[in-house]
Amino acid sequence: MSFAVERGRYLRGWAQQALPRLVLAPSFAAIVLFVYGFIVFTVYLSFTDSRILPKFNIIGFENYEKLFGLRHWSTAVENLVIFGGLYIAICTVIGLTLAILLDQKIRSEGVLRPLYLYPMALSFIVTGTAWKWFLDPGIGLEQTLQSWGWASFEFDWIKSRQMAIYTIVIAAVWQTSGFVMAIFLAGLRGIDNEIIKAAQIDGASNLKLYARIIIPQLRPAFLSAFVVLAHMAIKSYDLVVALTGGGPGRATEMPATFMYSYTFTRNQMGIGAGSAVIMLMMVAAVIVPYLYAELREPRRGR
Amino acid sequence: MSFLVVNGLEKRFGSVEVLKGIDISVPRGGFLVLVGPSGCGKSTLLNTIAGLETVTAGEILIDGVRVNELHPSKRDIAMVFQSYALYPNMNVAKNMSFGMEMRGVPKAERQQVVARVASMLQIEDLLERKPSQLSGGQRQRVAMGRALVRDPKIFLFDEPLSNLDAKLRVEMRTEIQKLHQRLGTTIVYVTHDQIEAMTLATVIAVLKDGVLQQVGTPAEIYNTPANIFVADFMGSPSMNLVPARLDRANGVLVVSLKRADGSTTVLPLHRPSAAAEAFVGRDVILGLRPESIDDAPAAAPDDGAQRHPLEAHVEVTQPTGADTLAMIRLGGREAVARLRAETGARAGERCTFMVDMSKAVLFDPETEQRL
Amino acid sequence: MAASAVETAVRTGRLTRALIYAALLVFAVYYLLPLFVMMVNSFKELDEIRGGNMLALPELVTIAPWIKAWNQAQIGVQPTGLAPYFLNSIKMVVPAVVISTLLGALNGYVLTKWRFRGDTLLFALMLFACFIPFQIVLIPMARVLGFLGIAGTTWGLVLVHVVYGLGFTTLFFRNYYAAFPTELVKAAQIDGANFLQIFYRILLPSSGPIIVVTVIWQFTSIWNDFLFGASFSDFDSQPMTVALNNLVSSSTGVKEYNVHFAGAILAAIPTLLVYVVAGRYFVRGLMAGAVKG
Repeated sequence: MSFAVERGRYLRGWAQQALPRLVLAPSFAAIVLFVYGFIVFTVYLSFTDSRILPKFNIIGFENYEKLFGLRHWSTAVENLVIFGGLYIAICTVIGLTLAILLDQKIRSEGVLRPLYLYPMALSFIVTGTAWKWFLDPGIGLEQTLQSWGWASFEFDWIKSRQMAIYTIVIAAVWQTSGFVMAIFLAGLRGIDNEIIKAAQIDGASNLKLYARIIIPQLRPAFLSAFVVLAHMAIKSYDLVVALTGGGPGRATEMPATFMYSYTFTRNQMGIGAGSAVIMLMMVAAVIVPYLYAELREPRRGR
Repeated sequence: MSFLVVNGLEKRFGSVEVLKGIDISVPRGGFLVLVGPSGCGKSTLLNTIAGLETVTAGEILIDGVRVNELHPSKRDIAMVFQSYALYPNMNVAKNMSFGMEMRGVPKAERQQVVARVASMLQIEDLLERKPSQLSGGQRQRVAMGRALVRDPKIFLFDEPLSNLDAKLRVEMRTEIQKLHQRLGTTIVYVTHDQIEAMTLATVIAVLKDGVLQQVGTPAEIYNTPANIFVADFMGSPSMNLVPARLDRANGVLVVSLKRADGSTTVLPLHRPSAAAEAFVGRDVILGLRPESIDDAPAAAPDDGAQRHPLEAHVEVTQPTGADTLAMIRLGGREAVARLRAETGARAGERCTFMVDMSKAVLFDPETEQRL
Repeated sequence: MAASAVETAVRTGRLTRALIYAALLVFAVYYLLPLFVMMVNSFKELDEIRGGNMLALPELVTIAPWIKAWNQAQIGVQPTGLAPYFLNSIKMVVPAVVISTLLGALNGYVLTKWRFRGDTLLFALMLFACFIPFQIVLIPMARVLGFLGIAGTTWGLVLVHVVYGLGFTTLFFRNYYAAFPTELVKAAQIDGANFLQIFYRILLPSSGPIIVVTVIWQFTSIWNDFLFGASFSDFDSQPMTVALNNLVSSSTGVKEYNVHFAGAILAAIPTLLVYVVAGRYFVRGLMAGAVKG
C-alpha cells in the first residue's frame, strides 16, 4: 500500500522531470529525420545509379565525375559565382549607403524605411513577374524610353545569353537590399554616440569619422549581411524560374535549378542528388562557422 | 532544537565545486544571514534550501524532516527574489494568490488572506495594479506580500534590497526586522551587504569560494573574526590588518609595529589567547577596528577600554559628519582611525592617537586564522 | 528594429542634407517603381499596354484583368482563375503557422528554462536546419510523403512547412525567453505551478510580441514559398505562387500582361497587408532571423 503510494509519487516526479524533454522530443525527432536523415539519404543516393526512382547500387563517385564534366553544371556554378558575388557586393554597398543616409536624423525616416523594405515581403515569383516585364525590351523600360524620344536606348540583357544573369542580379538586389539596409541601420543605432563625439572633438571630418570609426564597428552587421545574402544566393531558385526560367537557352542556370531539372525532369536522380550535396556543402561552409561563433557561450554556473 | 539544519552540503555544477561541505543550523525563529562576496555560493546555498537546485551530497532538514527530495512547493517555504520576480501579466492580488490557487485553496479564502496581508503591508490600494505600474519599493512590498500569504515555515530572501536606492533600503530593512519580530518566522537571508547582515541577523554565516568561513552572532563575527577574510569582509571601513611582531616584555605579551624611521611602537596585549603564546618571537598580523584607534580626550569614560598612546602621521582626513576618518601610517601600512567629528587632527601632521587594545585580535600570517 | 535607439551624433551641413534627401528619394522611386508599374498596368487594356508608356496612368480604367486573374484565367487545364489556389494557400498557411509557432514556443521554453546537458548542441542542430538548401531534402521528402499517403495534398505541404519552419520558430522563442527572467520560473515553482502551468500561466501571457513576430515570419515565408509548392503539390492543391507562375509562364496564346500583373498583386496582397499592418514586427522577425538576440 505505502509502496504503491511511494511509487506513484516517484512516477509523477519522474514524469515532471522528463516532461521538458518529452515536449522537445517530437520537434527533435522531426529535425533528425526530415533534415539529417534526409541529408544522409540524399548523400547516399548521390553514390548510386538512381535515375527516375531511387536505386541502391553503389557506383562510387561516378555521379560526381559526371556532374563536374557537365557543361550545364559548370555554367550553373559560374553563374552562381557571378550572381553571388555581385548580389552580395551590390546589396552590401546599397544597404550600407542607405543605412548611413537614413541615419542622419532624416525627418521622414518613418515613411522611407518601409518603402525600402517592402520588397522583402513579396514572393520571388511576384518580383520575377514584375521585373521580367520591366526588362522586356519589346514592352518595358527600353520601349518606354524609346517612346520618350531616346531612340537609341537599348536594354535587352534579358534576351542575351551573356547578359541575362545580370538581370537576375538586378531583380534580386531590388528585393533584398532594403533588408540589408535594416541590418546596417540597427548596427549604426547600436554604436555608442560618445565615441562619435570623442572623434569629432579629435577633429575627424564626417568622411573620416565613417571610414575610420563607425564602419569598422559594423563588423557584426557585415557578417550577418554576408551570411544571409550568401545562403540566399546559393538557394536562389524561385527568382530564376520566374524571371528567365533558366534561359535564354540554359544561360541563367544555377545550381538550384540544375538540381531540380536533373532530378525531376531529366531523370538523372543520382546526379541531381550529387548537385544537392555540393549545394549543401557550399551553404555549410558559410553557415557552420557562423553558428559556431554565435552559439559558443561561456560555461554557465557560478 | 534546530529548526533548519544544513548538513555536509555539497553542490557541483559539472566539474565546478560551488559548495564544499556546508554545516549550518538555525533555531526556530532565527534570522540567518548568508553573506559573502559575489560568487561565494550563498545564492546557490539558498536555492538548494528552496529546492530550486539539487544537492550533490549532504542533507537539508526543515523542522526535523529531510527535504532533499521534496519539490520547492512542498517544502513549506516562501521566497523573495532579488528582482522580486512578480508575474508581469498578473495584477498584485493575482500575484499574491497564485500560489494558493495552485494549491487549490478556495477563492473566498484566497481573497481573505490577500486582504489581510495587504493591510499588514499597507498595499491595499495597489491590489488591482500590474507590476509595471509599481515603484521599486512597492514591488518589494508586493514580493514580500506574496511570501507572507503562504505563512511558511521558512522565509527565504535572495538579496531583496539590492535593487532599491539607499534611503529606501534602510526603510525596508527596518520593515523586514519589524516583520520578523512580529511573526517570529525563521528567515534565511542572502546579501553581500555586511551592514544588512550585521543589523538583521541573529546568526551570520560568512562564505567564501563555497567554504563556510565562520558562523556566529553578529557580535562574534565582528569582534572575534575567525580569519583574515572575515575580519576584512565584515565592517566598514574594514579592520586594519597590520604586520607586527609578538614579543614578551616584562612578563606581558606585546606587539611591536615597525615605523618608517626604523623605530618600533610597542603595544601590550590584554587577555592573549593560549594560541598566541606559541607565536612569541614570530611575525603576526595585528587586527584593529578603526574605532579602536581614536583621539579621545585624556579623561575618557571608564568603558573597560585599555588605551595606549600611539604617534602616527596623518595622510588624509575624511569627515563623514558623525565622525571623521583619518588615514594614518601604521606598521608600514595604511590604516584607518575613526575619530571624533570635531577632531583636531589635520592631514600632513603627526598626531598622538589612543589605541584600545582590549579589542585587538591577532592572526597567523601563514594560515590567516585567528590566534 | 532599433528605431527607438539613440540618434546618431554625426552632424551634417545644409548642402549635404539636401543631397542626402535627393539620394533617399531616388532610392524610394527605385523601390516603388516596379509595384507602381504593375499596379498601373493591371488596370489597362492589353492594347494600351502594347502601344503605350508603361509609366502612364491608364487612359481607360478597366477591372477586367483583375476579374480574369481571379476566376477566369486558364491555369493548367482549367479556366478557374487564381481563386481556388488562393484558397489552397490559405488552407496550407493557417495550420502550418499555428502548429509551427506552438511547437517553437514550447521548444524555446524548454531550451531556456529547463536546460539540460547538450541543449545547445541540440539547438544548433535545429538552427542549422533553417539554412540548408532544400534541394537536399526534395527526393526523400517526396518518397516519405508518398509513404504517408499525403503526397500532393495540402496536408503534405503543411507537414513540410512545419518541419522546415521549426528551426526559425524555435530560434525566435528561444531568444525571447532567454531574456525572460528565470526568477519568475523559480517563483512559480515555489508557488507550486507545474511545467505546463508555468508555460501557459506565466510565459505565454507575456509572449505577445514574439508570437506576432513568429506568426508574421512564418506566414510570409510559407505564403511566398515556391520550391515546396512546385515539388509536392498536385493540380488541386497547388499554392498561389505555383499557380501564378503557371499563369505567367504559360506559353499558349497571347501574353496578357495586365492579367499577369493583377495576378501577381493578388498573390502579393496578403503578405503586403501583413507588412503594412505590422511592418515593425515583420522587420524585427527578419532581423531575429539574421542576427542572434
